[in-house]
Amino acid sequence: MEAVMKPKLPEYVIDIEGLALSFDQDGRRTDVLRGLDLKVAAGEFVAVVGASGVGKSTLLRVLMGLAPHSAGRVVVAPDPAAERPMALVFQDSRLLPWRRVVTNVSFGLEKAGGPEKTRLPAAARRERAMQALGLVGLSDLAERWPWQLSGGQRQRVALARALAVRPSILLMDEPFSALDVATREGLQDELLRVWRQTGKTIVFVTHDIDEAVYLADRIVALGGKPGEVRSVRAIDVARPRRRGALALQDIAAKVKADITADAAAPVEDYVI
Amino acid sequence: MTKRSFAHSLLPLIGLVAFLLVWEAVPRLGLASRVLLPTPSDLPAAFMRELSSGMWLKSVGLSLSHYTLGLLAGLGAGVGLGVLTGMSNVAEGLFAWVSRVLRPIPGLAWVPFAIIWFGVSQSGAVFIIAIGVFWIVYFATHGAIRGVDRDFIELAQAFGFTGPLERLFKVLLPAATPGILVGLRTALGQAWMAVVAAELFGVTGLGSRMMQASSLLATDIVVVYMLTMAALYGLMDAFFMAAQGRLLRWKP
Repeated sequence: MEAVMKPKLPEYVIDIEGLALSFDQDGRRTDVLRGLDLKVAAGEFVAVVGASGVGKSTLLRVLMGLAPHSAGRVVVAPDPAAERPMALVFQDSRLLPWRRVVTNVSFGLEKAGGPEKTRLPAAARRERAMQALGLVGLSDLAERWPWQLSGGQRQRVALARALAVRPSILLMDEPFSALDVATREGLQDELLRVWRQTGKTIVFVTHDIDEAVYLADRIVALGGKPGEVRSVRAIDVARPRRRGALALQDIAAKVKADITADAAAPVEDYVI
Repeated sequence: MTKRSFAHSLLPLIGLVAFLLVWEAVPRLGLASRVLLPTPSDLPAAFMRELSSGMWLKSVGLSLSHYTLGLLAGLGAGVGLGVLTGMSNVAEGLFAWVSRVLRPIPGLAWVPFAIIWFGVSQSGAVFIIAIGVFWIVYFATHGAIRGVDRDFIELAQAFGFTGPLERLFKVLLPAATPGILVGLRTALGQAWMAVVAAELFGVTGLGSRMMQASSLLATDIVVVYMLTMAALYGLMDAFFMAAQGRLLRWKP
């Protein structure tokens, strides 16, 4: 007898509907985002692309609760097994210069968190930080000061700091944009490896469309002013991917066109 | 190259020796009375006299205690209020005019009140010293806290440190430490001046001992205490630099 398979419902960890954000500056109202819908499934790697100033980073700030939104619904339903709902990796690594690498990584653990809402003791925090550093291959640099690191190393420490709090969702704000090409590509592959190992949901903001098509399952293209979703495209290219593969280039060209095109009904070219 | 830099490092020593020789020569050549200007060679004997009478240790000990207490009180109040007005716009607004009125009043102008409130006592001296230290540390702390990179505050928020105390201890204070220390170093020197000023009105210590000696025309003893102060300040500054080097060892 054949088993009856129940269709598995998509499990959204992020569900944004009609998000709008504006702020008043010098008495003038500036709209940053308008009518933005976005759903992200558990374990998915979603890239958000668009020109600078389109509100990509703002979107992450709203998700983190660092910026208030003016309208719309933002639901974050993190994996209950995770200790924190989200962690953010900034574009500038933003390491605290007065802390050694290892205590920079354990920074977030100094806040009580996790299911029991307790703070880990110092030894356990350090152990966690060392684990996270191991994950990004920097165990040897644990006792260094931030100024002693290269740009790529700093970003890896920032990634470790975000991973150390065991978040359900990893938000990344153009984390590799300030790095040279070789370092950037190395870190992209490293991120994919970490993603595979940890199974986290990743929302990755970038203005580099080639980076987005290489990394992501889906690309959300933002355009216009105020920013709105121009297209959502799936990248059905098997992993491991080859940089610059024709299929990727093809999607990149479409995304580029979506971003620059005049406002149109958003293109939805994907099935979860 | 190395020969040159060696000669260069000798210059300060040569300068000091020349200075002492000129100083020694002026009274010996009869250009000035030895009572008005004691020679360097008079000083060791004068120092030994003060040491054996116990006056030197007593004066230095008392002055150091005024200095330390005044410095700690001024530092605590300055950092405390500087943090408060640095973090809160309300506190800054409330204190803006008060500080504008009180700030220009020199520490010495507080002497009458020090005497009225505390009498000619240790606490009076400590009060005068603390006032001078307070303003320097207050402005340094306020500026340093205001100047902390907003990005660090956002980072702390992103990792859940949202309360004011968490923000203070996780980000603001460590980031402001270099700026606060600059103020503290200035205050360290300023406080020595205040020590002499505070003791001139009669509280026992280096300052009052100098006044006593000068009224007896024992100018060699006055110079002994002047040099004692210079030595103590140099010692303090060396300790400070060592402590600062430790606190700021994260700096390149």
